[in-house]
Amino acid sequence: MGKYFGKKLIIYIITFFIAVTINWLAPRFIPGDPVTSLLAQYQGPAAGRQMLETRLRTLFGLEGSLIQQYINFWANLLRGDLGRSILQFPREVSEIVKNNIIYDIAVLLPAISLSWIVGNKIGAMAGENEKIDRYIMPLFYGFVSSPYFWFAIIVVFVFAHSLGWFPTARAYGAGVRPAFTLNFIIVFLRHWFLPFFTMFLVGLGQWSIGMRNMVIYEIESNYANYLRSLGARQKLIRNYAFRNGVLPQVTGLAIQLGQIVSGAITVQVVFDYPGLGRLMYQAVQQQDFFVLQGAFLSLILMVLAANFLIDIIYMFIDPRIRLSYSEEE
Amino acid sequence: MAEEKTGNPEQYTSQGILKTVFSRLKRNENLYLAFTNPKVVFGISLFSAVLLFALLGPYFTEYGINEFAGIGSPASRAAPSGEHPFGLTMQGYDVFTRTVHGLRATILVGFVGGLIASFIGLIIGLIAGYRGGMVDEFLMGLTNVFLTFPQLPILIVVAAYLPYRGIIHMAVLVGLVIWPWTARAVRSQTMSLKNEEHVALSRISANSTPRILIEDIAANMFSYIFMVFILQYMGTIMATVGLEFLGLGPTRGVSLGLVMQHAVQSGALYLGYWWWGILPGLFLMLMIFSLYFLNTGMDEVFNPELREL
Repeated sequence: MGKYFGKKLIIYIITFFIAVTINWLAPRFIPGDPVTSLLAQYQGPAAGRQMLETRLRTLFGLEGSLIQQYINFWANLLRGDLGRSILQFPREVSEIVKNNIIYDIAVLLPAISLSWIVGNKIGAMAGENEKIDRYIMPLFYGFVSSPYFWFAIIVVFVFAHSLGWFPTARAYGAGVRPAFTLNFIIVFLRHWFLPFFTMFLVGLGQWSIGMRNMVIYEIESNYANYLRSLGARQKLIRNYAFRNGVLPQVTGLAIQLGQIVSGAITVQVVFDYPGLGRLMYQAVQQQDFFVLQGAFLSLILMVLAANFLIDIIYMFIDPRIRLSYSEEE
Repeated sequence: MAEEKTGNPEQYTSQGILKTVFSRLKRNENLYLAFTNPKVVFGISLFSAVLLFALLGPYFTEYGINEFAGIGSPASRAAPSGEHPFGLTMQGYDVFTRTVHGLRATILVGFVGGLIASFIGLIIGLIAGYRGGMVDEFLMGLTNVFLTFPQLPILIVVAAYLPYRGIIHMAVLVGLVIWPWTARAVRSQTMSLKNEEHVALSRISANSTPRILIEDIAANMFSYIFMVFILQYMGTIMATVGLEFLGLGPTRGVSLGLVMQHAVQSGALYLGYWWWGILPGLFLMLMIFSLYFLNTGMDEVFNPELREL
């Protein structure tokens, strides 16, 4: 089991290392110098332009040899310094990121876990029940075939515009101040619901389809046939099939996480709901490169942390890994 | 072969031709099963319909993508009508025109990007699976690293710095990020194929490794590679459309994601221009939907265990 964890950990460390390196490489080696493109927006006296250019070059860390630049980049990062926003100048990127990441977690954590649990249940039912399979599954295939943002557009149109049940834009109303009052919590939940609902529905389709295929495969397998020939009740076979089907779904969760987070970026843009995704989008539009890089790195860290969490959970529910652990001891 | 030599006159009637086609298909069992599987037939039909729509659509519109086609309120002129089947945008563009042109661009990106991703994944998967040992450890480590990366953020960061992005740039960019799926799938297939007798025979005959990989292994999972390509095509399209929606699509021309980005930015949904935001994505959804069916159907054809006979 130590080996299992060690291998995973190495992969996570390399992934993080590559992410940081991409952040470092992007402004330096991709054609299209960010300093020039930022300077293009400057309309002032030439002397100021010169000053601004040296200032920007220092900010991007473009001074000294490449190796020196790379080491400085890591040193700053390990100190927790993600740079400062260009647009909201003195504000630190790490602070902006901190204010946004709460909303990502508030939407994604319940949406992913709930859709996973409910999806597995529905999928297992569909694997056995012809009617559910025939009528609900095509709908779910429709869900997973939709780009997240397109699905969000439909949800906005139906629930926010046509029915007018929920507000969109921002995490709470414009005139409301965050406080621990019932009023604020209701306002917050009403804004939170639609982004959550969108992520939940797409996820529901995804996990149901996965579980359905898994259960169909398990029910036809040799051990299930053997149980049947022994005269076991259908319910018992169903339980075994479910338990065997859940394991690949946990692995699937780790693999799909990147996809889901990617989808959440576009969903936040549609709902104009805060989060790292909307932050990245705004940073791209305003060419605020440090915010873009900081948000990117935080997203990667978030995904890696979640992956690690899933690894731990997997270890607890897969008897093979758990047992090999106790044998080692 | 026998029926061709006798010169049966029936072979020139439509029924006769159909008969020969089916008898030939029957000889190739997999192909026969594929074309009689309802999911495959449904998938191919729907996909062809969307493809035809994209190919022929531009001939059914008199407007250009950036041409002013008329303006009006959502309640009257801008709404879908005989003249503008998909309605108008707030700026007076024809949504139908923009949808068909955008769909073309998206399909092209998906095709090229899917090819690139399948190719990279195929090579890595073949080598990792065949060689095993340290090579396998290294290549699979690399694959797992890329698999853990959320794709869209990495694409955003790279695309944001690119001053000019053409359709091919987009395809290459996306293809370079999404290949790990193929690599994993091809590797596991290669591992099960490499112990077959014909591969051993080929090895004893002193055939070179590339030749064994191509002729003895890759050739034997052709159907599988095709299915993988479909998945990568879908993956490329989903990733590309996401980028386009964030304003990081091709810098020139129109794309499906861009049309929908404009709709969301202009607040089209709250002003009643639902056709502007929803109709362009509908065709995308139908295309991906059809491919899901095609893939599940093909899975049934090529995995006899799943076949419903």
